[in-house]
Amino acid sequence: MTDAALEADAGFNRQQDWASEANSRRLKKRYAANRRLQFYGLTAIALAIGLLGTLVSSLVIEGYKAFYQSKATLAIRLDPALIDPANLADANYRRIFNTAIEQYFPDVTSPTEKRQLSDIFSNESRYALRDYVVANPGQIGQTVQLKVSLSDPFDQLEKGVIPRYVQALSDAEKARFEFLANRGLIEGRGADAALKVNLFIDPQKVNAADIPSGQFRDIIADGLGTIVRNPDFVERSFAIIRDDAAEVLKARVVADPGSIGQVLENFKLPLSQHYGTLASGETPMVFNGRFASEKQFEWLDRLKTQSMISYPFASELFVNATSRFPELAGLAGAIAGSFYALIVCFLISFPLGIAAAVYLEEFAPKNRWTDLVEVNINNLAAVPSVVFGLLGLAVFLNTFGLPRSVPLVGGMVLSLITLPTIIITTRAALKAVPPSIREAALGVGASKHQVIMHHVLPLAMPGIMTGVIIGLAHALGETAPLLLIGMNAFIPSIDNIGLLEPATALPTQIYAWADSPERGFVARTSAAILVLLGFLVLMNGIAIFLRQRFERKW
Amino acid sequence: MLVYVLAAILALTLASYFIGSRRSLQTAAGQASHLHSRPGYYGAFVAAWVGIPALILVLLWLMFQGTVIDTLLLASLPDEKTANLSGAQIDLIISEIKQVSRGNVFGQPDQAILDAAQRYQAWQGIASWSMLAVAISLCILGLIVTRARISPEFRARQGVEAVLNAFMIACSVIAVLTTVGIVVSLLVEALRFFSMVSPLEFFFGLSWEPQIALRADQSLGAGAFGAIPVFLGTLEIALFAMLVAIPIGLFTAIYLTEYAHPKFRAVVKPIIEILAGIPTVVYGFFAILVVAPAFRNFMANIGVDAAPNSAFVAGAVMGIMIIPFISSLSDDAITAVPRSLRDGSYALGATQSETITSVLLPAALPGIMGGILLAVSRAIGETMIVVMAAGIIATLTINPFEPVTTVTVQIVTLLIGDTEFDSPKTLAAFALGLVLFFATLILNVIALRIVQKYRERYD
Repeated sequence: MTDAALEADAGFNRQQDWASEANSRRLKKRYAANRRLQFYGLTAIALAIGLLGTLVSSLVIEGYKAFYQSKATLAIRLDPALIDPANLADANYRRIFNTAIEQYFPDVTSPTEKRQLSDIFSNESRYALRDYVVANPGQIGQTVQLKVSLSDPFDQLEKGVIPRYVQALSDAEKARFEFLANRGLIEGRGADAALKVNLFIDPQKVNAADIPSGQFRDIIADGLGTIVRNPDFVERSFAIIRDDAAEVLKARVVADPGSIGQVLENFKLPLSQHYGTLASGETPMVFNGRFASEKQFEWLDRLKTQSMISYPFASELFVNATSRFPELAGLAGAIAGSFYALIVCFLISFPLGIAAAVYLEEFAPKNRWTDLVEVNINNLAAVPSVVFGLLGLAVFLNTFGLPRSVPLVGGMVLSLITLPTIIITTRAALKAVPPSIREAALGVGASKHQVIMHHVLPLAMPGIMTGVIIGLAHALGETAPLLLIGMNAFIPSIDNIGLLEPATALPTQIYAWADSPERGFVARTSAAILVLLGFLVLMNGIAIFLRQRFERKW
Repeated sequence: MLVYVLAAILALTLASYFIGSRRSLQTAAGQASHLHSRPGYYGAFVAAWVGIPALILVLLWLMFQGTVIDTLLLASLPDEKTANLSGAQIDLIISEIKQVSRGNVFGQPDQAILDAAQRYQAWQGIASWSMLAVAISLCILGLIVTRARISPEFRARQGVEAVLNAFMIACSVIAVLTTVGIVVSLLVEALRFFSMVSPLEFFFGLSWEPQIALRADQSLGAGAFGAIPVFLGTLEIALFAMLVAIPIGLFTAIYLTEYAHPKFRAVVKPIIEILAGIPTVVYGFFAILVVAPAFRNFMANIGVDAAPNSAFVAGAVMGIMIIPFISSLSDDAITAVPRSLRDGSYALGATQSETITSVLLPAALPGIMGGILLAVSRAIGETMIVVMAAGIIATLTINPFEPVTTVTVQIVTLLIGDTEFDSPKTLAAFALGLVLFFATLILNVIALRIVQKYRERYD
């Protein structure tokens, strides 16, 4: 044996003590590494599913609030003096409506208050009243019960989105107070609570001859300055003590002029109201005046105690077109726009996609030209959708001069986006039909076209339809290309709907609502997303059903 | 009118189908077996030659009718009205004439315009009637000619199949035409842009302020169209997306292919793929509703001030969307590694994790890289998430807590609500679109190359 072989042999025969301490430690380590990788994998899956869950649940939590609407049931007298039976649509319904609400609040008299009162109710109320009267002209002269929506802030208040009370103090203010309290400078609770400061009654600031004109505020500021040497802190700390703290000090000095030039140790400066509450261990709350006045809340409460407020299903969400007022905004226009665009998309991409796929899969000769077409289609499937929007803008709108914002152009752009997907899935479905079918048909004398049209295509149809529906579902969610061709138009009516009427689509409506500042649009946007996701689930469900019901395993 | 024309064509086509099949039986003395093709093919042949030429004619007519009438209108206007006018002013006159002819009269249009409006209306009527007439006569011509050709020996099936072939080829050409259309339209508009702003400035400039150039008194391209901050922002957001998506996606794929029970895999895989089916506008809203406030609060708690539309949030949310791309493409790549490699590794006593990290992942690396490149191209081209969650103003920063903007955001913001095609502001969007198109195209081509090469190695 050569040396090298001997060495190798020795290496091979080297005794491995499998039970040794070192070995079992190494084995443990290797198993630990295995478990670690497994753990990473599970964590990744949990993260992905958790993110999906967060997404959906946050949308549901926000969105369900838009599916019901706070409404008030009001008794409204249809005053015959105000309604001209010959011209029902043109009566002064605002006045009729306002008279009706004012009768519930006889104490509201001033014009400002009256306006505030009618602000509680949606702007749409008078149109709802008009529509009611136009539909029931026989009711004129009678008192009718009508449900009207509350306007957005009050609707949000009822749904608990806007709090009635908010914390009076900011986090920074509370932190400043905590800082003082931690130093033991706060004493007492509630109205008796006080801030203890050492105050030097500076003779330069208080003239013993004329004590009341002394600069007691400055003395307090100096005292606060001994706690923290920061003029900003001192200035802000004045919010903590009561406004009349200087008066309290003045009274003390007036009572005891001898203290001038002395240090008043631990002088108790009374705390202002909110900080007094804080000293008692409670959170000071203050009325939320950002959206409405206290009076309006009180009126709303009165309506509630008369149980006139109810929360029915918000049919507005599905019946109305969009609006500037969240409580009126609905999806009808957007759904119609998306529907028309998808119809156009289907009518174009379905025949074209199938024809192209059949040609490429069954008839095309293998040459450079068909290779080019194939590479082309694969690449088109990966082109960002916004680029298709640019194409639509430059070609359909600019060159062909088609109108902006219309579902026809939207559908054409969407069909270009879905075409590659449909071609690819159709080819896969055609490939899945076994050659025996073709050969049998050719064998009984069918032409190549007859084989495809009579046998292969019908058999591949379930697979093709699955692909088409999934493609359409993608098209339904496409937003960017529709934005570029202007299908985000603000169309607050559903009277003009058609292929050549400006429209908006579901996803662009979501985008527009997400951009709106009103609080109520957060819930509306979430609800619109839930509707969109509902459509997508439905379409994908149909696709899955088709696949499972009709697709044959060969 | 168009509806009537289409209805007439449809009716004639249907009728000619029956005429054709009846005629074929007549020529064969009622014996279908004497015919070369089945009677339906004769009918279809006649119908195709009746319907298709007429439809093509109508389409062409519609495409050119507007232009022709506009030209005629201009020519008919008195010379002094059109002399020394720019193209835009002429367009204005034309649209005024059209408005007047629809009855929307604003102010006091002069007599020439009113006359022209009347002429316009008359010509419109003439045009649609003549379209109907020409279409119908074309149908009848087709019917007469093809019907005359019907005889028992006539190869109608071949004729129909030729028509079908032509239709199918035309459809597959549309896919190519789409690409050509994209490239040409982007190139044309981008070249117009580069005639106003130098390409050097666009590709290497450090300041992107397209809004400024809107003002007429502003000298164009004065440091306003440098796209570097936009490109940088795009890459930064794509990077954050990848930082989120690659680990989650890759570990998911590893677990699902190597560790998971088949039942677990059958449930979890579709759930994760739901993430790819959610429209991106939903992710955008999710980012502004949940992720951005949460991230901001978290950052504030550890003492960092993060912008509400920080680059990190936009990137991270985009990463969530991309997880399924990475996971399913890596899944495919790992599954495609031949069984023998795996078995060999196990036979040597390797644990599962050792097999994965030293055998499967290296073998699947090209496939995984291809998937990652495809995902990067997705991230670069993704629009709605960044439009909603990222910034609009281009700042030259790589700070993840600051807002940055991306190519797609700029395209959308430059083009929303704007149809002026003369300003560099709008055209800049097309230049950006061109860059985006080629960047994603190159990434896709490289990715597909890598994946294909890798497949060849094992098959």
